Amino acid sequence: MSNNIATTPEELISKEYTAGFVTDIETETLPPGLSEEVVREISRKKAEPEWLTEWRLDALRRWEKMEEPTWAHVKFPPIDYQAISYFAAPKGDKPKSLDEVDPELLRTYKKLGIPLHEQKILAGVEEEPSQPRVAVDAVFDSVSITTTFKETLKEHGVVFCSFSEAVQSHPDLVKKYLGSVVPKTDNFYAALNSAVFSDGSFVYVPKGVRCPMELSTYFRINAENTGQFERTLIIADEGSYVSYLEGCTAPMRDENQLHAAVVELIALDDAQIKYSTVQNWYPGDENGVGGIYNFVTKRGTCRGARSHISWTQVETGSAITWKYPSVILRGDDSIGEFYSVALTNNRQQADTGTKMTHIGRNTKSTIISKGISAGHSSNAYRGLVRMNPGARDARNYTQCDSLLIGSECAAHTFPYIESRRQDAIVEHEATTTRVSDDQLFMCRQRGIEPEKAVSMIVNGFCRDVFRELPMEFAVEASKLLEVSLEGAVG
Amino acid sequence: MSLLEVSDLHVRVADREILNGVNLEVNPGEIHAIMGPNGSGKSTLTNTIAGQEGYIVENGDLRLNGTNLVELEPEERSYAGLFLAFQYPVEIPGVTNMEFLKTAVDSHRKQRGETALSSVEFIKNMRALVTKLDFNPEFLKRGVNESFSGGEKKRNEILQMLCLDPKVALLDETDSGLDIDALQVVAKGINEFRDSNNAVVLVTHYQRLLNHVVPDYVHVLLNGTIVKSGDASLALDLERMGYAWLEQDSGP
Ligand SMILES: Nc1ncnc2c1ncn2[C@@H]1O[C@H](COP(=O)(O)OP(=O)(O)OP(=O)(O)O)[C@@H](O)[C@H]1O
Ligand SMILES: [Mg+2]
Repeated sequence: MSNNIATTPEELISKEYTAGFVTDIETETLPPGLSEEVVREISRKKAEPEWLTEWRLDALRRWEKMEEPTWAHVKFPPIDYQAISYFAAPKGDKPKSLDEVDPELLRTYKKLGIPLHEQKILAGVEEEPSQPRVAVDAVFDSVSITTTFKETLKEHGVVFCSFSEAVQSHPDLVKKYLGSVVPKTDNFYAALNSAVFSDGSFVYVPKGVRCPMELSTYFRINAENTGQFERTLIIADEGSYVSYLEGCTAPMRDENQLHAAVVELIALDDAQIKYSTVQNWYPGDENGVGGIYNFVTKRGTCRGARSHISWTQVETGSAITWKYPSVILRGDDSIGEFYSVALTNNRQQADTGTKMTHIGRNTKSTIISKGISAGHSSNAYRGLVRMNPGARDARNYTQCDSLLIGSECAAHTFPYIESRRQDAIVEHEATTTRVSDDQLFMCRQRGIEPEKAVSMIVNGFCRDVFRELPMEFAVEASKLLEVSLEGAVG
Repeated sequence: MSLLEVSDLHVRVADREILNGVNLEVNPGEIHAIMGPNGSGKSTLTNTIAGQEGYIVENGDLRLNGTNLVELEPEERSYAGLFLAFQYPVEIPGVTNMEFLKTAVDSHRKQRGETALSSVEFIKNMRALVTKLDFNPEFLKRGVNESFSGGEKKRNEILQMLCLDPKVALLDETDSGLDIDALQVVAKGINEFRDSNNAVVLVTHYQRLLNHVVPDYVHVLLNGTIVKSGDASLALDLERMGYAWLEQDSGP
């Protein structure tokens, strides 16, 4: 119930993709093209150990033999992988403190509303209670600019830093877990990422530690003609807990830009990881020109007994979204959850869902997917629930709801169930509804403008998922929906 | 000047003319009851006044406080002080009653150049209202009409009316499907609402609500026109005799 809601047609028309500005900053970019030399150069820039360079090169060689997947319900012209630049970074050395960060970058994050300054707690001065503390890792194009609250986290033994930094400071952990959930050759985009990944976040929460604050990474694509290939690795050791948030935006550009990330989560015995995404990459204009191709591989493994991984995503941006955050339920009694809101408007296309692989006994998974399509967009849910032979007493509950706004859009549901066990309980419910004229009229009769009414109805439809988001992100998510629905009511 | 003025109203829905020349004048402080058999055009009249899409005004005039309503959007009619309690209130799953009401009230406040109420203030107001009406406060936390019983939906309409405090309230069969207690609650709500500056138009099939909310005028709508108007006693006559005797009167 925010009060800065556009209620006049003028305000509504002026609403647009507010993150679409370009930061004018000197950038160091590798020339377009992908080759062994480019991969070596990226690795060299990051002063990586030999094994990692080799790991990347192996990924590149395998990728060269792979084909782009074609099974997703999306259409786009072929991507010329030699026309993309695989590395872009603000010029100069990595700043050692916030004082060294280019003011232009600081302004960018301020404009985006991302706090890079750690709020100080002064003795006797109360913090604004509505401003919970969040540690931020800010990734700009291919590199991490800064990570906040590192010291506070360190006191608790929590490691939160950029991926490149982790390669230097915690090589053993990186070596042990990198690619252990999403193998190099998992799929075309994951292989590409493994070869050229630039930066991303690394989290390690030690045994028995409850991470004292939300951790978040904010990804920003700025440079033209570059792809972003970040890599995130989160390890929750036995009995630990961490909640991690991810946000993304990009300038408005007429060319499509590629974003192919890989995220790996590892939860050991009794550990819990909550991973939330609010994805707002530039979606392209109303005619489908420009926008990000968001081809992302996210997977978590509940390696330990009673471990728990939940993915919550709010996907409103990108021209194309191809994304299936999944959980491998290996530990006995482990829990996997997927809560998703995917909204497509104009010419956007989304093919998103999840994969729950039950391996351990008494494993449990829940899938709640809310797809909203407006304009000429296409929105598909694709899910796979697999019950392996050893998954005694495994259970899944899936609920897939689609909401249509207008008559030109489409919603599809592709739920797959592969069960090798008689005792598995798999429940699936699906609904498709439309925002009805009667609902709209009722709202308008009460004085609620149509655009506001639609966003309220859509928000209500998404409630079960928003509930899973940390408070401040839930507010942001519902604002995002409102902006993304602009022009959805005729 | 009368508060609501309907003159020679002709309304078409799809390609059917449903109202053919309705006249109605409602003054401040008055209660009007509109009765008539199923399909006679009562909801068509109230929906048209509220500006529902698809109800085409072919001829005639609709005025609220002198303002011509015909050209106004539904929300603008709401800001002008018009309220319609729906015969069939719809559900908005996941949107709490509280949220819905606050959004509506804030929109109205904004139109009047007032700032939005803080949530705390709003909740306080709502609590007071809910207690006065013997509503279960739990209703405020539930989705708008989501899995409400028929009677609960009707009560909810009255709550919305009191919240928005309109100039003219059109209540389309708000008394239908109510149990005895709920009928009392709805009547109490209407009596709470009415004062010398506003007006209520009740669409009803039964006398029973009119025992609690006594109308100044009763109109009979038949085949798209008002064929008879009278005082409260007309409702009693109708209860006794039905509509057949009027049917003949209005016959060709
Ligand atoms: N969209 C529509 N298309 C065609 N006919 C319609 C439409 N809406 C209403 N009608 C017709 O208009 C007539 C009047 O309907 P209306 O709903 O106004 O009746 P009512 O007096 O409110 O009846 P009830 O007492 O049953 O509520 C009915 O014959 C109905 O079938
Ligand atoms: Mg009716």
